[in-house]
Amino acid sequence: MPTLIDYRRRIRSVKSTQQITRAMKFVAAAKLRRAQEGVFAARPYAHEIVRVLRSAAARMETTVHPLLDRRPEEKILIVVLTGDRSLCGAFNANVLRRASTFARENSSKQIEGIAIGKKGRDTLRKRGWKLTAEYLGVSSKVEYSTAKEIADKIAELYANKDVDAVYAVYNEFKNVLVQRLRIVKLLPIDPAVLGSQAEEIVAEAAAPEGESLPHDLAPSGQGRLVDYIYEEPVDEIFGHLVPRYLESEVFRILLESAAAEHAARMTAMDSATRNASELIDRLTLEMNKARQATITKELIEIVSGAASATS
Amino acid sequence: MATDAIELQIVTPERHVLQENVQSVEVPGKEGYLGVLPGHAPLITELGIGILSYRKDSETRYLAVINGYAEVLPHRVIVLAEAAERAEEIDVERTRRARERAQSELSKAAPGFEEWQRADLSLQRAQVRLQAAAKAGAAGAGEYAHGA
Repeated sequence: MPTLIDYRRRIRSVKSTQQITRAMKFVAAAKLRRAQEGVFAARPYAHEIVRVLRSAAARMETTVHPLLDRRPEEKILIVVLTGDRSLCGAFNANVLRRASTFARENSSKQIEGIAIGKKGRDTLRKRGWKLTAEYLGVSSKVEYSTAKEIADKIAELYANKDVDAVYAVYNEFKNVLVQRLRIVKLLPIDPAVLGSQAEEIVAEAAAPEGESLPHDLAPSGQGRLVDYIYEEPVDEIFGHLVPRYLESEVFRILLESAAAEHAARMTAMDSATRNASELIDRLTLEMNKARQATITKELIEIVSGAASATS
Repeated sequence: MATDAIELQIVTPERHVLQENVQSVEVPGKEGYLGVLPGHAPLITELGIGILSYRKDSETRYLAVINGYAEVLPHRVIVLAEAAERAEEIDVERTRRARERAQSELSKAAPGFEEWQRADLSLQRAQVRLQAAAKAGAAGAGEYAHGA
């Protein structure tokens, strides 16, 4: 039977673990707030890029761009977004499982991967994926320059016909408790973005939780196309806009994934903290029982000692 | 809104930089600076690396703008920039260090190569930031006002 000292030691150890998980929970909460702000701040820009892109596309007779070029999908590139650290519940495992299933569904094709996040890199490497590139340390602070770098890389692979399609597997931030796994096709760019459906995409992006944009960017006279003067030839502007659009998409995905990761970590650490409290309660109870047992035993010894002395 | 005002909005992927009603705007277009007064015809242009200035209440303010697009409507100018900073926000010391770093890299790299281009771009960015800061009269930036 464990002695009192053993119980005290266990309780102390659980308590210090609990302090760590609680601290991690608060850190994750703070980072989540920042990530959410980032998601929010990126929306007006993404919204505007799509709008300018559409009005340029509408002015062109044919929209030709290397990133819009459709080919039979023989070689596909899967961008897998995970975190760099664990202790965030099933966050990384879910993405990786989905990525593997997706690869299996497309096993007739040649598959390459790009890993974003250390956890994904390690696991995919172990599973024998061919990793074209890896980006580590992205999710702790998502910067546009990183998104640009990644977008440039996949655009280059696509334009050189090294791959025929690019997909991204990531966790979408629904709310603090729910992350939704998503697979999106990054390249070739969906022509619907240039057409009428873009408006829906924009509307959805602008107010997914019934929130309105902080700054009203809704253009005056939406719905009808403004007849712009183009300082540069319109196809040139269009050609430059398409990569910007891809960058803003990649940026959005990075932000979503980072927010989802912090949310997952926060929830995981919250339940770990709660579990620790329960464990401490149980151990304290057992420790008190053990203490009482020793006291009772000592009393019996004293009483029986006294009884034998008087007899 | 008064008819002689332009609503100026500047957004970057990372933040909403500015939203103000102004009297006139000058944007650093790729092919040269472009002045916009209220009632301008709708126009879209690409932006280079340069200084955006606008007048509000007879006061001129400056921003360093790095690549992007400007959409001009009669009473609205929307600037989509990769990066944009108000002159007052620019950290002159840091930018000056970045400029020196870019210059030393530029002298090492062979012209035309990737590293050279990257260094050249960072040099341009640093210079335009310093110019913007100098125009806004930030302390210590004056000597760099004549760069580029």
